[in-house]
Amino acid sequence: MSVLVDASTRVICQGFTGRQGSFHSEQAIAYGTRMVGGVTPGKGGQRHLGLPVFDTVHAAVRETGANATMIYVPAAYAADAILEAADAGIHVIVCITEGIPVLDMLKVKAALARSEAVLIGPNCPGIITPGACKIGIMPGAIHTPGRVGIVSRSGTLTYEAVEQTSAEGLGQSTCIGIGGDPIQGLDFVDCLAMFEDDPDTDAVLMVGEIGGSAEEAAAVFVQRRMSKPVVAYIAGVTAPAGKRMGHAGAIVSGGGGTAEAKYSALQAAGVRVVRSPALLGRSLAELLRR
Amino acid sequence: MNLHEYQAKQLFTQFDIPVPEARVAETLEEVEAAAVALGLPTVLKAQVHAGGRGKAGGVRPCNTATEMQTAAKALLGRQLVTAQTSLQGLPVSRLLLERPVAVERELYLALLVDRAAERIVMMASASGGMEIEQVAASQPEALLVSRIEPLFGLRPWQSRQIGDCFGLTAEQQPALARLLGRLYQLFIECDASLIEINPLVVTLDGELMALDAKIELDDNALFRHPALAALHDPSQEDAREVAARAEGLSYISLEGNIGCMVNGAGLAMATMDLIALHGGAPANFLDVGGGATAERVGRAFKLILSDEKVAAVLVNIFGGIVRCDLIAEGILEAVREVGVRVPVVVRLEGTNAELGLQRLARSGLAIETAATLADAANQVVKAAAQADAAALVRPDADAGERS
Repeated sequence: MSVLVDASTRVICQGFTGRQGSFHSEQAIAYGTRMVGGVTPGKGGQRHLGLPVFDTVHAAVRETGANATMIYVPAAYAADAILEAADAGIHVIVCITEGIPVLDMLKVKAALARSEAVLIGPNCPGIITPGACKIGIMPGAIHTPGRVGIVSRSGTLTYEAVEQTSAEGLGQSTCIGIGGDPIQGLDFVDCLAMFEDDPDTDAVLMVGEIGGSAEEAAAVFVQRRMSKPVVAYIAGVTAPAGKRMGHAGAIVSGGGGTAEAKYSALQAAGVRVVRSPALLGRSLAELLRR
Repeated sequence: MNLHEYQAKQLFTQFDIPVPEARVAETLEEVEAAAVALGLPTVLKAQVHAGGRGKAGGVRPCNTATEMQTAAKALLGRQLVTAQTSLQGLPVSRLLLERPVAVERELYLALLVDRAAERIVMMASASGGMEIEQVAASQPEALLVSRIEPLFGLRPWQSRQIGDCFGLTAEQQPALARLLGRLYQLFIECDASLIEINPLVVTLDGELMALDAKIELDDNALFRHPALAALHDPSQEDAREVAARAEGLSYISLEGNIGCMVNGAGLAMATMDLIALHGGAPANFLDVGGGATAERVGRAFKLILSDEKVAAVLVNIFGGIVRCDLIAEGILEAVREVGVRVPVVVRLEGTNAELGLQRLARSGLAIETAATLADAANQVVKAAAQADAAALVRPDADAGERS
């Protein structure tokens, strides 16, 4: 068991024959991910990396039984790619693409509310169940199978968290990079709920950052619903205040958004907070040893 | 991307949203011509990307031609410092001249993306003209927030709700409904992330009019709005940040003396936090991006060292897909080429990290390598403190020689 993806997950890549899509599909195959094909409109019928290429996601699902996709198409076409995947019945949609307009994502989220699909991202490193399935741009080699769930808004900072838990001999059940965009698919609460229900996860490491109120919502969830220990780090204590951005936005989110506000919410909810990004792994190990 | 008030109001005019009659001037001659066209009295408004202009003397009512010339001379080509700018202020290269409006009441209206609700929301208050944060803090019940369903758009009941909040009459309601509909249309068609009108006024004639206008556009959507992208005014931003963006680097100036070069925004913020935890102060936020090639590292070094405060540099790279030994080569090449004169501490983690660190250690250049993230922070804080202490000793020695 693990969260969302495992060795049986059948993965396609949208934007398969492009530079990014090719490179990361190759890496995924090398890691052992069960890649079953890819989609590039206009190149259907060809073969790429030894796998079939399709014009549409619907055709790919019909021919390969794919149930997960990783999206590397340019920002202008990404919303379309997500909607197509959802309509074709893909269960796990991982959108790596960075720079999608916010208003596109507003509409995508509203449309996905009526679908069974789970969206991870956009602007995220992806999801990995170590030793079983890697969907995204994360370096596979730093991961080790284990019992810590990791959920993070950042890319390289997630790798830092992974590397530190691996160094402590803990290993990861599943790592989910939810991405840094204002409107995104899975949020902290969704992921915490899945880790809470996963018998193969013993504890969760969450890595947040300034902006928005997702960490505050996570604090409420941990207090009310989580039985497993949670360790949290928030990046951006020293970041300069909003640069005049947000102004009105800060009011809507209830004056939240600062790292300190997030730390106090999490601490009040019984989460073990870590102030040093160098101590992510060690704090978790100490907590689990107790 | 932020627009100037005059640009926002030009967009309002395109969308039939009422604004005062106005002219834009870049020179004293144009100010005079604008005054002739508009007549006196007039209001002169300095165009900068910051609020708090009124209190800072950036908004000046003028009754006579002499007053107007004096005000224009005091503003054009100068820096305007407001509560929201840095101490240097922002350059004023344009003035907006407006015909004064006889105001009965001031209201507040904004449209923005609420990320938690995943909706565009309208915020309204009958207490316009004040800082909206104050209204939210002192009388939150006076601030109306109305969420717009993305698949429906703005609904008629929402403009009635806002009319009620504003205390408008039944006769004024259709004008409000028109104004809200056009604002929402502008928001969608221009991919805005914020439109704020403070104040929206009811004139003595009972009309609604936008006396101020603030628009922020979604940078990610500018690719489909070339005409709007052309409204960008780089003079209103930190010069180093603009230069960095042109080179594909994400950079923000800070107050400290430790330069930071990191790959990834989250890790870059975490590195700044770590430096502060270890008693240092970061001079900048810098994300070199995933690639971290020799060329990018070189450009990043140049950018960091263009800040004279920098006494030491911390390079923190998590090489995932990119191998650390290649990143090390890049760092060496950049340090040689740029001629780095301050202490540099490097921490590499990820694929081939040890090989990369060995190359740096053997290079003969003044590069300190760090085994862990915490070590890296300790080493660079110490190096910066020593460099600053040395710099303090030198001017004293000079002073001694002179005396």
